Amino acid sequence: MTSRSETATSCHREEHRQLLFRYVLAHADDNLILAQRLSGWISRAPDLEEDIAMANIALDLLGRARMLLDYAGQLEGRDRSEDDLAMFRSEREFTNLLLVEQPNGDFAHTMVRQFLYDAYQTALWKSLCGSADATLAGIAGKAIKEARYHLRHSGTWLLRLGRGTEESHRRTQRALEGLWRFTAEMFETSETDRKLAGAGLGVEPAGLQPGWERGVEKVFCEAGLQIPNDRFARSGGRSGFHTEHLGLMLAEMQWMQRAYPGMQW
Amino acid sequence: MANERSFVTISVVSAQHPGRARFEALLAAEEKVEPADWMPEGYRKTLIRQIAQHAHSEVIGMQPEGNWISRAPTLKRKAILMAKVQDEAGHGLYLYSAAETLGITRDEMVRLLHEGKQKYSSIFNYPTLSWADIGCIGWLVDGAAITNQVMLTRCSFGPYARGMVRICKEESFHQRQGFQIMETLCRGSAEQREMAQDGLGRWWWPSLMMFGPHDSDSTHSDQSMAWKIKRVSNDDLRQQFVDMTVPQADYLGLTVPDPELRWNPERGHYDFGEIDWDEFWAVVRGNGPMNRERIAHKRAAWYDGAWVRKAASAYAARHTGQVG
Amino acid sequence: MTYSVPRLPEEPDPDLRSKGSRRVSGWLLWEVFIRPRRGLHHVHAGSLHAPDGEIALQSARDVYTRRGEGVSLWVVPSSEITSSDAADAASLFDPTSEKPFRDATFYQVPDEVEWL
Repeated sequence: MTSRSETATSCHREEHRQLLFRYVLAHADDNLILAQRLSGWISRAPDLEEDIAMANIALDLLGRARMLLDYAGQLEGRDRSEDDLAMFRSEREFTNLLLVEQPNGDFAHTMVRQFLYDAYQTALWKSLCGSADATLAGIAGKAIKEARYHLRHSGTWLLRLGRGTEESHRRTQRALEGLWRFTAEMFETSETDRKLAGAGLGVEPAGLQPGWERGVEKVFCEAGLQIPNDRFARSGGRSGFHTEHLGLMLAEMQWMQRAYPGMQW
Repeated sequence: MANERSFVTISVVSAQHPGRARFEALLAAEEKVEPADWMPEGYRKTLIRQIAQHAHSEVIGMQPEGNWISRAPTLKRKAILMAKVQDEAGHGLYLYSAAETLGITRDEMVRLLHEGKQKYSSIFNYPTLSWADIGCIGWLVDGAAITNQVMLTRCSFGPYARGMVRICKEESFHQRQGFQIMETLCRGSAEQREMAQDGLGRWWWPSLMMFGPHDSDSTHSDQSMAWKIKRVSNDDLRQQFVDMTVPQADYLGLTVPDPELRWNPERGHYDFGEIDWDEFWAVVRGNGPMNRERIAHKRAAWYDGAWVRKAASAYAARHTGQVG
Repeated sequence: MTYSVPRLPEEPDPDLRSKGSRRVSGWLLWEVFIRPRRGLHHVHAGSLHAPDGEIALQSARDVYTRRGEGVSLWVVPSSEITSSDAADAASLFDPTSEKPFRDATFYQVPDEVEWL
């Protein structure tokens, strides 16, 4: 016979599992969508070396997305594979940050987007290395190494673009102004975040913000770039309220599976 | 390296040059010629032309496959395809480096490509119209390339041969992943098999064209063979490819689009039909299905990136004392 | 196939003489050296283009260590390397073959003597 407290614990665990599913899925979506965006640079980069570098980063992000999707599928317990989750969810079911779905724009736009994201990922995975969930901590241990390198790469470029020529400075400043409004969303703390952080499984995004701000401000300052004064923050990605860019991107990404469902490739 | 690169710009060509005997001796002894060695001007020019075209082929070749990265049917296929296209950028880079040891810069080669003065393999002037085309490129185009590249690991010019060793090693997965795509399609639905057959139908003949004109029409082949840049003739390589590939098509249950194809027990080889040489030359002359699009894409990327390259040079000049 | 497109009858040879600067886009040529494993020397792996050392290092990592080829990298501007001249090869390296006594196989050791 099951005691009342055991039932409560098991309910608790079940609740955590479902929360963790949504949490892991949101982070999977961030990486999947940015990988898809970044891969658009392949064969279009400013030089061959950078083509290879961007493809490397896209591959890292895709690899991370796949691990997270796979784990999300296990947590959900409905037998959905990484491809089921990637290809058969609609725009409203994707919970990625709005930042990562923004179009590539020019090289400055992509590098600013990447830098803002890399700085966030570095802080996030560093914290998640300490997650009480062994699988998530394992993924974090791998992700943090990649994220640090990505941050070094985007930071290196930001400095060169910010302090390169008048044109590169202008383009980079413009990119920062276009993207800054999407950064606050990274640190919004939902009920899910709070509960998972309370259980030692996740982290409260708000806690990552001060460190992130100090880090990016330092680099922007070194690069001679001004953080916009505009306090308007656009959010909604975590609850499936996206910009118009995501739908078109998914239409392309999911087309094969939707056109020929149920086949092996 | 540094001094080797500048040394080869010396272009005193005379039959009596003291380096000539040494050059001939190196070839005879199957030793590699290195960039700092004296070499006939024709040898240098032939190599620059060939290595640059090979490099351009790798880089332009990123486009037809890159066309399917965003639409790859599964995330695993997407990852494999991205890694493969990225490898091609790497291979282009290794080859540009090999050509640079001959006293030409990458910028110069890129300019010649953009101006249509240096070409790339015609195969990349065909479009990728379905997922099966990604399979066909790996299976047939990389298959044909490997046949050729294995030969080039024995090329007499050291940097080219070394580059080829590295490329062959890295490319070993390329052909396999292509064949695996085809195999999966052929074991799938009727629609998928149709996709695979359509792909083979469009890629078979262009793949055979990759080996170039008949030996009897290949005016520069003899000299390249004598210089040991090229080790096997076009027709021999093509035959080797057909003999290798037809049984694979049979295994897949696909029909090779050549009514004259049949095993010839006397020769111990497959007999096959004649290539449409009018199409072949039309594509070489720039009138293939995708010639203009490929170059336009490449030029756009290069010119769009100009301000980035300039910014990085300006930064380096100011912060590291290196002059741009 | 040679990846080289057959030459058209009317196709001219492009002028391959270097036009002044070798760095049209302003980026230097770098040589990359990789230490494959701890305990081994750095070995020349190839070259690449980069505007400065940091980007050269990152590109070297991305271009030449995609398959776990190394644990440490050096990048050196190609122009900083001084190399021997091929024409001097005979005078630099042939004389060593006159000194076989530098090689252990030069010496005969009686079969019954061990550890030598």
